[in-house]
Amino acid sequence: MDLVQLQRQLVEYRTSLYHEGFLDEQYTQLQELQDENNPDFVVEVVSLFFEDSERLLNELTKALEQQSIDFKRVDAHVHQLKGSSSSIGAQRVQKVCIAFRNYCEEQNVEGCLKCLQQVRHEYSLVKTKLESMFQLEQQILSAGGSIPM
Amino acid sequence: MGMAADSEFHVLAVDDSIIDRKLIERLLKTSSYQVTTVDSGSKALEFLGLHEDDRIHQNTPSVSPNNHQEVEVNLVITDYCMPGMTGYDLLKKIKESSSLKNIPVVIMSSENVPSRISRCLEEGAEEFFLKPVRLSDLSKLRPHLLKTKSKDHCKEQVDEKPAFPSPKQEGKEEQQQSKNNKRKAMEEGVSPERTRPRPNGITSMV
Repeated sequence: MDLVQLQRQLVEYRTSLYHEGFLDEQYTQLQELQDENNPDFVVEVVSLFFEDSERLLNELTKALEQQSIDFKRVDAHVHQLKGSSSSIGAQRVQKVCIAFRNYCEEQNVEGCLKCLQQVRHEYSLVKTKLESMFQLEQQILSAGGSIPM
Repeated sequence: MGMAADSEFHVLAVDDSIIDRKLIERLLKTSSYQVTTVDSGSKALEFLGLHEDDRIHQNTPSVSPNNHQEVEVNLVITDYCMPGMTGYDLLKKIKESSSLKNIPVVIMSSENVPSRISRCLEEGAEEFFLKPVRLSDLSKLRPHLLKTKSKDHCKEQVDEKPAFPSPKQEGKEEQQQSKNNKRKAMEEGVSPERTRPRPNGITSMV
């Protein structure tokens, strides 16, 4: 694929992520903070998000496996996940977290388990999509082109 | 490049989230501030030189191990929700300290809770930012910093454009200004004017 096609593909892909609600305006804000002096800023923040989310998802799984569930603890983890997903613009993950916190407040185990499954799913979707997008960006850069805004 | 005055300002950012620390650091550096980030209120107090006991500094960068504030901090920006010491607790401790009380403090929170916001402002916080924090929010910091640093530049600051906007922010400010005035506590009729702290004798510092 030539450079122009790659660039077009990236723009289309990125646009679709916004349209489908995977990313929101906050992701654009991140991109705007990236410049020649900090060319890897977005990838770095997103990588931190991946690591942190995986940690939180593991903690949530453990917490919900307990005989006697500590809902405050569960809520604290979800609160963190909600915050970090909001900070990078991972809108669908953030939305599930909001529902998740409501179930925590109600101490609804089934609801929490359902949300855990959902949030895992949304997380893995956004992770895959962001990684594909970063790959496309890398291909463009390697071909000597620049990332279209 | 920002005004020479900006790079003299050192901001201490406090947040337990590594993602948010990275973000606030980039936002602050883009605005030409020097930044130090810490992940807790207690580490913030240590960095500011406030000790409850004779704890020795561990691995806080660029601060030599003694009990005095070596590095001048011109503003503290802190997350509200943190385990252990909350941002509110940190704010209180700073305002109760004779050596630190004139340092402007800004609170950040992902939750728009009007009572929380009023409480922080009443305790002396200069601003309350809703997360995720934007570049345009940071333009509100400059007036508070200028007040503490230089008598010549001391201005009566309200909700207008700051005196020295840096080139990067001018465009954004125009768009975001009115939007952001609403982003703070718009529920229950709390207007932007009322979220400003009441004048309580904090005038320009010597």
